[in-house]
Amino acid sequence: METTTIITICTAAITAGTPLLFAALGEIFTERSGIINLGVEGMMLVGAVTGFMVAFLTANPWLGVMAAMFAGGLLALIHAALTVTLRANQVVTGLALTIFGTGLSGYLGKAYIGQPLVSSFKSVKIAFLSDIPIVGPIFFNHDPLVYLSFILVPLAWYYIYRTRMGLNLRAVGENPGSADSLGVSVSFTRYLYTVVGGMLAGVGGAYLSLAYAPSWMENMTAGRGWIAVALVIFAAWNPLYAMLGAYMFGGIDALGFRMQLMDVQVSAYFLSMLPYLCTILVLIIATRRSQTGGVGAPRALGVYYDREER
Amino acid sequence: MTFEKRADASPAGNILVPLFSVVLALLTGAVFLWLSGHDPARAYMTMFKGAFGSGYGISETIVKSIPLMLCALGVAIAFKMKLWNIGAEGQLVMGAVGATWVALNFPDYPALVLIPAMFIMGTLCGGIWGMLPAIPRAYLGVNEIITTLMLNYVAILWMEYLVYGPWRDPQGFNFPLTAAFADAARLPTFGDSRVHAGLLIAVVLAVIIYYGMKHTRWGYEVKVIGESETAARYAGMSISKNIILVMMVSGAIAGIAGMAEVSGLMHRLQDSISVGYGYTAIIIAWLSHLHPGAIIAVSILFGGLEAGGYSLQTTGIPAAIVSMLQGLILFFVLGGQILTRYRIVFNSKKVGGN
Repeated sequence: METTTIITICTAAITAGTPLLFAALGEIFTERSGIINLGVEGMMLVGAVTGFMVAFLTANPWLGVMAAMFAGGLLALIHAALTVTLRANQVVTGLALTIFGTGLSGYLGKAYIGQPLVSSFKSVKIAFLSDIPIVGPIFFNHDPLVYLSFILVPLAWYYIYRTRMGLNLRAVGENPGSADSLGVSVSFTRYLYTVVGGMLAGVGGAYLSLAYAPSWMENMTAGRGWIAVALVIFAAWNPLYAMLGAYMFGGIDALGFRMQLMDVQVSAYFLSMLPYLCTILVLIIATRRSQTGGVGAPRALGVYYDREER
Repeated sequence: MTFEKRADASPAGNILVPLFSVVLALLTGAVFLWLSGHDPARAYMTMFKGAFGSGYGISETIVKSIPLMLCALGVAIAFKMKLWNIGAEGQLVMGAVGATWVALNFPDYPALVLIPAMFIMGTLCGGIWGMLPAIPRAYLGVNEIITTLMLNYVAILWMEYLVYGPWRDPQGFNFPLTAAFADAARLPTFGDSRVHAGLLIAVVLAVIIYYGMKHTRWGYEVKVIGESETAARYAGMSISKNIILVMMVSGAIAGIAGMAEVSGLMHRLQDSISVGYGYTAIIIAWLSHLHPGAIIAVSILFGGLEAGGYSLQTTGIPAAIVSMLQGLILFFVLGGQILTRYRIVFNSKKVGGN
């Protein structure tokens, strides 16, 4: 392959990976606190539709992103209330959130199908950096949300592993009993990071409808929320690996799309299967790795914390 | 305010709490409809009339409930063993694909051969689709929620490839559907309604599953493994073998749903075979406490919701309101379940006795 083709695919991989990255980062925070939220797909869809609606009505994509964050956080709040306060099963509540979010986004978005967006996110070249050969065009010719994710990843890593708040977060997910006895509120921590997770999932959804393919289509996430959940396992709950994984999946996505354009003699339907099949494959590898040493899931993940049964 | 564990869940609570939750969900949906500028009373009336207001409505409700019953019975078996089979949608699609293959390739055989062959092929394809994610789950502990879900997308793309490609009816005016099945490949219907023999299959299966879970050794093993894997291992039960078997059975039943849809209702394969019945089935199974009899009843209720949602489209309200309501119902049921498991105590001091 020529250098330009490689650059094009790598650039596309980052663009296609960014919505996954936002959602996976959010889910890392949530799961680190011991809550598993399988509603990512639903939160992304609602984020995508509210982002689009607000950007459409105000002609300001940034307001769209804010609205998507708010909507995603609000949905996550339902999950937190049901699982933390009302002790509902985390798996089923997450599924309910996805079903609800799919319906809600379809309901809200009905009038916006096929509408053009006046102002969406556009690529901005970063001075000097974008002139670096190969690296420049791959990393520094993107829309502002991609740059935001570049900043967010190291920040998230630093927050989780190097700050007091991050230590508390990890403690709640690993051993809520001892976190509690050290004076960390388990409920508050879980509420907080479930909502943070929802907000980031909302941004991931908004990326799809405001930057990736500026438009609204029913079910436009096409399973990306679920891929993001799988990505968290692949990333071993570490933001840096999540970035790597997101771009890998973005690359698979982009490659399938490129191959269609290059007229490869494989049906488009089979190429579209690639991300889903790769998710299964990667999940198998990641699970094996976490069992043979490596880092596993937070120990209290999915388990309701009952103070009296400590 | 604190929650105190109840010694035993009250049977009345098990029925009243879900019922009350459904009412609250519908009320919340009404507020939402009202906020978005629709008349909730009129919307619900339209839905109710569309679902139960006429002979045709009722038959449509039952038609829609058949795949729901079958998929919900399938996922309930897996849930019993704490296996999260979220892949009923894909298993249904694969069952339909398998049955269609038989119908398209052997159109000249009599119904007595063709229908059982389609049934077996649908069961087999659904079963294999359910078994695929069970193998890595059984031997490597790979999360089955994500793998079953990913396979839904793969199955739907495979079906789309077939109906848009090699199986497309040349006389179909370029619509994505296969040729119509021969009469011998069609499940019989009741009178001149669209209700087909799939209903009988679902009811018979519910009875078999009820009996099998309660009175056979295998049903007992599934129950024990579901309650405690460690205990089951001590008792010498093979967990891996049961995981694979249960997921296969679970998928096979969803596959039957797919066979019944193409053979009893559509009489061809088309991409509208996948409309999310597999996901709705999860809610139904959960609402029914995995009880086969309750699944039949709740499925009819949800079939009514689907049929009613369809008739709602004429009023300009998007049919997506149906899955929104389904999600709301599940939220309220999940939140309400705390009342069946705990009693609420309103002062900080523990109340004695019990």
